Amino acid sequence: MGEGAQGRPGGARAARGARSRGAGRHPLLPSPAARVAPIAPAAALLLAFFAAPVVWTLWASFTDAALTGPGAARTEFVGLANFERLATDPAVLNATVLTAVFLIGSGIVGQTVLGMLLALLMQGRSPWVRSAVGGIVVGAWVLPEVVAGFVWAAFLEREGTLNRVLDALGAPQQSWLTTVPILAVVLANAWKGTAFSMMAYSAALSEVPGELKDAARVDGAGTAAVVRHVVLPLLRRTVAATLLLVTLQTVQVFTLIYVMTAGGPAGRSTTLPLLMYTEALRMGDIAYGTTVALALLAVAGLFSAVYLRTLRPEEVR
Amino acid sequence: MKPWTVASPRRAAAAAVVHALLALLAAAFALPALWLVAAFDSEAASRARLPRAPTLDNFATVATPDTLFVPLANSLWMCGGAALVTVAASVLAAYPLSRFQLRFGRPFLYTVLFATGLPVTAIMVPVYSLFSRVGMVDSRWGVMLFLAAAGMPFGIWLTKSFLDGIPVELEEAAWADGASARQSLLRVVVPLALPGLSVVGVFTLVLAWGNFFVPFVLLQTPERLPAAVRIYTFFGQYGSMDYGPLAAYSVLYTLPVVLLYAAVARLLGGGFSLGGAMKG
Repeated sequence: MGEGAQGRPGGARAARGARSRGAGRHPLLPSPAARVAPIAPAAALLLAFFAAPVVWTLWASFTDAALTGPGAARTEFVGLANFERLATDPAVLNATVLTAVFLIGSGIVGQTVLGMLLALLMQGRSPWVRSAVGGIVVGAWVLPEVVAGFVWAAFLEREGTLNRVLDALGAPQQSWLTTVPILAVVLANAWKGTAFSMMAYSAALSEVPGELKDAARVDGAGTAAVVRHVVLPLLRRTVAATLLLVTLQTVQVFTLIYVMTAGGPAGRSTTLPLLMYTEALRMGDIAYGTTVALALLAVAGLFSAVYLRTLRPEEVR
Repeated sequence: MKPWTVASPRRAAAAAVVHALLALLAAAFALPALWLVAAFDSEAASRARLPRAPTLDNFATVATPDTLFVPLANSLWMCGGAALVTVAASVLAAYPLSRFQLRFGRPFLYTVLFATGLPVTAIMVPVYSLFSRVGMVDSRWGVMLFLAAAGMPFGIWLTKSFLDGIPVELEEAAWADGASARQSLLRVVVPLALPGLSVVGVFTLVLAWGNFFVPFVLLQTPERLPAAVRIYTFFGQYGSMDYGPLAAYSVLYTLPVVLLYAAVARLLGGGFSLGGAMKG
């Protein structure tokens, strides 16, 4: 994913060149209409399951659509009422702040810093070390989200492993899931997601030319200086692309939080996806839940657009 | 990094520090998952510890049709079906995008790339509403098709980059022998792209297998739930947890995807990294 920005070396360009030579030359090649026909199934699925819901979201957020009550029987246009409620609802403010904390804590600080650290440390180590450490980190990533939620709920339980370790170290114990629920889910998500950043950065690091690093070393730069002034600047695009993918992934995390804390206690770990679920499908207020979803979509769309811009120059060149 | 031919004490010390740090990080990452050994413990608790008398009783407890086998079969049919649909539709869509100069090819690809970024969670409420309007709520077909659509943007993108890597010259040879575009797709391109297509398939399958939210929202009847949701309804909803069986269920439900993932990682030859698959 992230490396899409980096990679796509000779192959694509070669094919593009060859294509203009090949296409249209042979009489048996299909007509323009027949050429696009195979795209139809994919386009139909994407339209039905992606485009239609997004359009419906826009419409529903201006109505009082609901699962039960008057809004269910006859859905009416209510103008900006949902948005006014969104702007003044303390639960939305709370969820937005918690989503930001969750994103910055687990996505940006946790996954990116840990992932980069692991990638840098593993660079040039023996294959044995790389696959042992990498295997453990990727193991957390491969684990289904529900299982990761249960694993972390058990880990942070009052009687759980973490308190046991802290006790052995003489540190104070606490019931993590109730005293600091947002920290609990931040840690769990950083644990689960770090592998993705690590793999992206490992792949990008392996493409940094050794001569550049050697040249810097010959000029007297230490390891830290080489990383800071040679390696990291070359990785800027990969970092940008990976950060955006991580951001999009992190703002929509539902399962992990739902399994660990269900948004509680007292809404202290209710991020926007959990609020959306509660409002729309628990309370049955589809329209308002959809409006919350729209806020989420707007944030994600914004980041997606930035991600596209980051990728584009490489594609066009 | 180049191997260092001249060993220096400073370098050796730095290597020791790096290895110590890596060991620490690996231990920190392994620690939470250690609890899964509770699967083999008859007196399991939330705390990780070595079972005093290892047992398979917990597996026997969860291995009933209602708890395990039917949900696993549901998972297999919905996620496996989604993977097949995604691969088929992706290769059909990616072929013209890779081979022909299409007027709207680039906008389409950018739309697809844009869709990869859309949070699936955010559209589930509207999807639920649409499904309830057309009577598709509580339908395994509906979930399967939705999971296929969710895998599609990434599938098309990945498949196209695999197809780009297959030289057009091979197809031109087939065309020269009188093959149509359809024949050259089926006889030349698909066999050559098979490793790549299996990556797309496994990737979709693994993501769908782990997806909780989509079936959680769209399905209601207990007999139709996949393992991802069944494990939650069985263990998660009522206060105190039954740790032994929960761990056993987690192991049984996780194992297939871990094995598949390992197989794909090996197929790509990139050791632990699926990241290599995304480089096209």
